[in-house]
Amino acid sequence: MTALRLQGATARYNDTAVLKEVSLTIPAGQRVALVGRSGAGKTTLLRLLHEQYRETGALIPQDLGLVPTLSVFHNVYMGRLHVHPTWYNMINLVRPLEREVAEVRPWLERLGLGDKLFAPVGELSGGQRQRTAVARALIQGSELVLGDEPVSAVDLPQAHNILGAINDRTRTVVLAMHDVELALSYTDRVIGLQDGTVVVDRTTGSLSAQELAELY
Amino acid sequence: MPRSASLRTSLAFVAIGLACLASADLAITTLHPWRELGRFTWGLVTPSFQEGGTLGLALGKTVAFALLGVAAGSVTGMGLALIYHRRLVRVSAAFVRAVHELFWALLFLQFLGLNAITGLLAIALPYAGIFAKVYAEILEEGDRSAEPALPAGTGKISRFFFARIPEVWSHIRTYTVYRVECGLRTSAVLGFVGLPTLGFYLDSAFLQGDYSRVGALLLLFYVLIALIRVWLRPWLVPLYLALAPLLLGGSLQVSMGNVTRFFTQDIVPLGLRDGFSWEALGSWAGDLLTQQALPGVVSTVVLTQIALVATGALALAAFPLICRHFVGRPEKVVTHIALVVGRSTPEYILAYIFLQLWGPSMLPAIVALALHNGAIIAHLIGRYADALQLGPDTPRNPLVRYGYEVVPRVYNQFLAFLFYRWEIIMRESAILGILGIHTLGFYIDSAIQNLRMDHMVALLLITAFLNLGIDAASRIIRAHLRLRTTPTYEP
Repeated sequence: MTALRLQGATARYNDTAVLKEVSLTIPAGQRVALVGRSGAGKTTLLRLLHEQYRETGALIPQDLGLVPTLSVFHNVYMGRLHVHPTWYNMINLVRPLEREVAEVRPWLERLGLGDKLFAPVGELSGGQRQRTAVARALIQGSELVLGDEPVSAVDLPQAHNILGAINDRTRTVVLAMHDVELALSYTDRVIGLQDGTVVVDRTTGSLSAQELAELY
Repeated sequence: MPRSASLRTSLAFVAIGLACLASADLAITTLHPWRELGRFTWGLVTPSFQEGGTLGLALGKTVAFALLGVAAGSVTGMGLALIYHRRLVRVSAAFVRAVHELFWALLFLQFLGLNAITGLLAIALPYAGIFAKVYAEILEEGDRSAEPALPAGTGKISRFFFARIPEVWSHIRTYTVYRVECGLRTSAVLGFVGLPTLGFYLDSAFLQGDYSRVGALLLLFYVLIALIRVWLRPWLVPLYLALAPLLLGGSLQVSMGNVTRFFTQDIVPLGLRDGFSWEALGSWAGDLLTQQALPGVVSTVVLTQIALVATGALALAAFPLICRHFVGRPEKVVTHIALVVGRSTPEYILAYIFLQLWGPSMLPAIVALALHNGAIIAHLIGRYADALQLGPDTPRNPLVRYGYEVVPRVYNQFLAFLFYRWEIIMRESAILGILGIHTLGFYIDSAIQNLRMDHMVALLLITAFLNLGIDAASRIIRAHLRLRTTPTYEP
């Protein structure tokens, strides 16, 4: 992967433009925070990036996209479906194989979910679900992670833990974020959106928390 | 006084039902109907379990046909559900559903012969059509949010089984178990056309006047259905499916010669077998329509409309008896058992029993259809009414409470269930003709007796289209009255 490129991206939702002519280049290896009020276009921008870079990108959607009736193991294993043949996936659905459990377990331990391996996702708290979705994205081993508010439901120590894990695993990262301090400490570049257009695009070093806060 | 659309529709249906009743033959022709009924009831309470082996085999085969047929229908239906958006699939599924399982069995008998394949296909084919529709609706309503998050390159099958099936699995399982229960009833009834299931043994016990044996067979069947959730465990299903083929018995041989002859000669209209002419086709169709199809359709519709109103009346009268707003726990248990018996006994078996007792007329058919369908709707409405919260100022007089508080609140739900069953009652009305009432089934059965497969197939098609017509009418009325039943909750 060389770089992510969006050229004049526009998106409409019910006749309202939610993204207006946005052009971006994100070089490989860069970590980007998308900031802005809700409705500014962050989710739409991530969705367009994901559509364009499906092959290389792992997505952590805002609604998490988990299957509540399946266990944490199964939900995380879904990040590996593409590397195994169908019959092997079917066996793992009915009865998790030792090898795959061993593959999934370290990611859950890293995210503090080691004791929930076989709990149904439907029984987890909001924060635990969010960490499950993060684990599913990380286990894919993609070069790119696109995260829509990946730390919105966890406390601060867990947020540091999650963002650290994402940065350790992946070179290129685009995260929609609300927390200004976290955005500044885990990314290289901040893109601020307002009403579907880019209003701020600067390296993290040149921004202060106060300047950023004005975007909200 | 302005009247609601629901009330106007109901009154119109009652008026039509009464008009039909005036034209229907309701005579009791047996000499001692009450004595027969007494003997039969006595047989029920003194069941004879002699020759237990044969009884067990009858039940075993009934279960084997049901499980294999429903399993085949379920797998095929799931496959079709995935492509249910295609018009051809929707239309074909509606068509196979519109023909009753017994008619399918009669059709397959003509060219596959009396063997296990006939029985299995007669269940699997219409059930595949039903499963396709319901599974498609269930999948449609399921949450699909997990799909976009799957990695690119995930295979279609893995995607389906991980991201879509688990989400709706409990609905699919509940509905499939419900269908197994229906499959048991279907399988039992298939015995009446010669397959080695419960109906076959019931038929011979009746012919011998051995009512205690009839009682034993029916009681065992009720127990089997009442305990379905005990013996039908997911992990046992593969075992059952592996054992079931051993129980089917009989040959699986099909004579290709018979199949070919059926499709290339037997079903060709009689006058056209030596060459086509419009004149011959016209006279063939004219005779068929005026002498068989038309009287058959009229009787079927007449029976359906009377049975529909009788079903509604029975359901409205019976539901308070299982509802906590009207009766206490002990009474509730008694009526509950009565309703379970009513809905577990297939209409066909009920009609068969009343026909033996009263002789052939529309009366046994009406009573059978009303008892079975009325019990189902009363059960559903009773549960629905149980969930109602009545205020502290609710009238103390139960009749006033019934008329002013409860019925107005459950009435639309009641109509929804009733119109849902309209098409089912029609299917059954047609099939009861096999027992001697002059509905379409009578003419189909006669065509088979006379070896007129051309007539049989044409009448089957007419029956199917009549059914599709009623289905469409029911949907229009339900949409007009804004009645809703959830797709997964077919009564």
